[in-house]
Amino acid sequence: MLQVGLTHFLVVSAILFSLGVYGIVTRKNAVMVLMGIELVLNAANINFVAFSRFSGFGLGGQMTALFVIVLAAAEAAIALAIVLNIYKQFTNVNIDEIDHLKD
Amino acid sequence: MSESLIINLSVAILFLPLLGFTVVVLLGKRFPKLYLFEVGIISIAFILSLIVMFAKLSYYPNNIVAQFTWITMGSAPSAGSFNIDLGISIDNITVMMLFVVNLISLLVHLFSIEYMHGDKRYTRYFSYLGIFTFSMLGIVLTNNLLMMYIFWELVGLSSYLLIGFWFEKKSAADASKKAFIVNRIGDIGMFIGILILFANYQTFTFDAIYAQIEAGNMPFGDSAWLTAAGILIFLGAVGKSAQFPLHVWLPDAMEGPTPVSALIHAATMVAAGVYLVTRIFVMLTADAMLTIAVVGAFTSFVAATIALTQNDIKKVLAYSTVSQLGYMVMSLGVGAYAFAFFHLVTHAFFKACMFLGSGSVIHAMHHEQDIRNMGGLKKKMPITYYTFLISTLAISGVPLTSGFLSKDGILAGTLAFGKLTGHWLIPLMAFTVAGMTAFYMFRLVLLTFHGEPRDHHKYDHAHESPKLMVAPLVILAALSVFIWYTPNPIAADSGWVLSSWIKTPTQVVPNETRFDFMKPDAAFETNSGQHAESHGTITHSTLYTETMHWAHYKAMFASLAVAGLGILLAFAFYFWKKLNADKLAEKIKPLYNFSLNKWYLDEVYDATAVNGTLNSGKGFSWFDQKIVDGAVNGSAYVTRVVSKISGWFDTYVVDGFVNFTALLSGFVGLLFRKLQTGKVQTYVAFVVFAVIVLLLLFKPF
Repeated sequence: MLQVGLTHFLVVSAILFSLGVYGIVTRKNAVMVLMGIELVLNAANINFVAFSRFSGFGLGGQMTALFVIVLAAAEAAIALAIVLNIYKQFTNVNIDEIDHLKD
Repeated sequence: MSESLIINLSVAILFLPLLGFTVVVLLGKRFPKLYLFEVGIISIAFILSLIVMFAKLSYYPNNIVAQFTWITMGSAPSAGSFNIDLGISIDNITVMMLFVVNLISLLVHLFSIEYMHGDKRYTRYFSYLGIFTFSMLGIVLTNNLLMMYIFWELVGLSSYLLIGFWFEKKSAADASKKAFIVNRIGDIGMFIGILILFANYQTFTFDAIYAQIEAGNMPFGDSAWLTAAGILIFLGAVGKSAQFPLHVWLPDAMEGPTPVSALIHAATMVAAGVYLVTRIFVMLTADAMLTIAVVGAFTSFVAATIALTQNDIKKVLAYSTVSQLGYMVMSLGVGAYAFAFFHLVTHAFFKACMFLGSGSVIHAMHHEQDIRNMGGLKKKMPITYYTFLISTLAISGVPLTSGFLSKDGILAGTLAFGKLTGHWLIPLMAFTVAGMTAFYMFRLVLLTFHGEPRDHHKYDHAHESPKLMVAPLVILAALSVFIWYTPNPIAADSGWVLSSWIKTPTQVVPNETRFDFMKPDAAFETNSGQHAESHGTITHSTLYTETMHWAHYKAMFASLAVAGLGILLAFAFYFWKKLNADKLAEKIKPLYNFSLNKWYLDEVYDATAVNGTLNSGKGFSWFDQKIVDGAVNGSAYVTRVVSKISGWFDTYVVDGFVNFTALLSGFVGLLFRKLQTGKVQTYVAFVVFAVIVLLLLFKPF
């Protein structure tokens, strides 16, 4: 029977990471981009946990994953606040149209 | 009277005229009466020179020398240490010259007070006389060649100022330039001669140079250089004393005021040349002396032939001056040193008298100078006439006059020289000149003072000159009489001037370069002291002394004969009218014109020297304009072409490169700005892309 090993976790993580990046790059809505970021962060979490489980380091990886989850929550809160402000400023949250950095 | 007092007085005599010049030239404009100050200064100088002369002649047989170091030259490795000294040397000749120069200068000053009256530069005229006297006194007093040269040039300058005193007249301005330039030509020779001596002996002082020559120390080791130095220094005298071929300035110098002519041509400037030769006499070799004798004889001959036909009263006197100067120079050349100097003194008095007399005539005739328009002035101007006559007798060599004494001595000297060396042409010329001198001088006197007046209008207005002008004439005429020089009117040797005052100095050149008769012979050497005393000459051999005795009476009778013949001829032509001068002139027209036109020397000089200078000047100007300027312009053109090329290179290559760089970066920027979208997602995409690329490239797995 197929033994679920480190590689499988890493593949899942990689797929998740790629999906997240894809979301970040392609989505126009800022909220969707934020969701992509969450995916990337969670892909990292899977890696932490997986490496921790298979390498015998104890629970360091899990601990770090917990920190990342906290961080992600904070990040989401701030980012959404920013998005709200952007909406106030430009009346949309479409990233394509917010290109003032170019000027 | 102590030596130091004599020295102090001599220095005072030298600088008094300079003081007069400075004061009058600076303050003369504000105080026109200052000319009296100048006259007073010269009077004091004259009195001092009289005192110095008697003190020196009576109590000091030896030279009095005072000198100080002017420049310390340090030491040169090859030459040793040396200094340049300045100083004065007072011997018998010096004090006599001091007296002559100051006396004539004073008389000229007095004469000028009336003669120049009303001239618009009256005071300045007197200041010029002052600096002229100063320069001449410097020449007389100096004991070295350097000071001699400095004062020599000062004389040149002051003669320029005085000859060109009426510079509004073009002829006067030209004459002053001519005198200055012609003198410079001679001075170059003198300068080179001085440098030859200085280069070898590291001193300018006469005595020091002569001491080295006497020690057998030849310049550059060869006595030929000594001859060259002597002749070159003599060239200075050729210029100043108006010897052929540089005599041309003197007749033109008659453009100056007449008293100036008297000063220049009797006592100061022209005497300076003869004086210089007396100073360098002891270092003259036989070759140099022969050259000098020939130049002098030829000069006196040329000038006398020209004087025969001149019609301007001052021109006749001018050429007679040149002729007499030739006499003196010739006399030095033949070794008759004492007579040359004696003639310099006597000539100074009677020639000054003649010039001032002619000034008196010109003054009376309202600036008429042509003797063809005069005549009969004897009645109107008796004092001028008699003084002029006395000096004419003196220059003609009539007995009882001073000229007879000195001229006979010179003639005897040339005769002895002819007998001893075989150069008979020199005495021949000398006697011919003596005859011609008598002729043209009496022609001058007869045409001016005798006969019927030829210009009645001017004759009627003529009158005797005022006392201040006549007095100098009387003094000078009195000095032209024998009694001042010797008690015996036919033997100058027995007089005090020649027996004790003028001593021929011992030559210092090596024996083999002397004339035979200048070598001291053995018998002479043993009892030289006694011998010298009895004859007044200490350099000559007994042979020479005997020959001089042999020549004495022969020369006297011969000179009396030629002078008498000249005077007779003059009377025949111009007094008794037995002979007709115009007809004779018509008969020998070419000769007459040759003489009238002064041997065409001025024309020859115009054609050669003057035009040569002008043409070479034109040549140089052409060279300057075409070649030098061409080179300058050419280099400017080349620079312009090069700068054009460099400018083109700058515009197109350097700037092109710079612009290309700018364009390139602009283009690159254009390309890369496309990437700068300002959209965060694009950047993220780039980052991801870049990470993927890096991963692929470095393959960390």
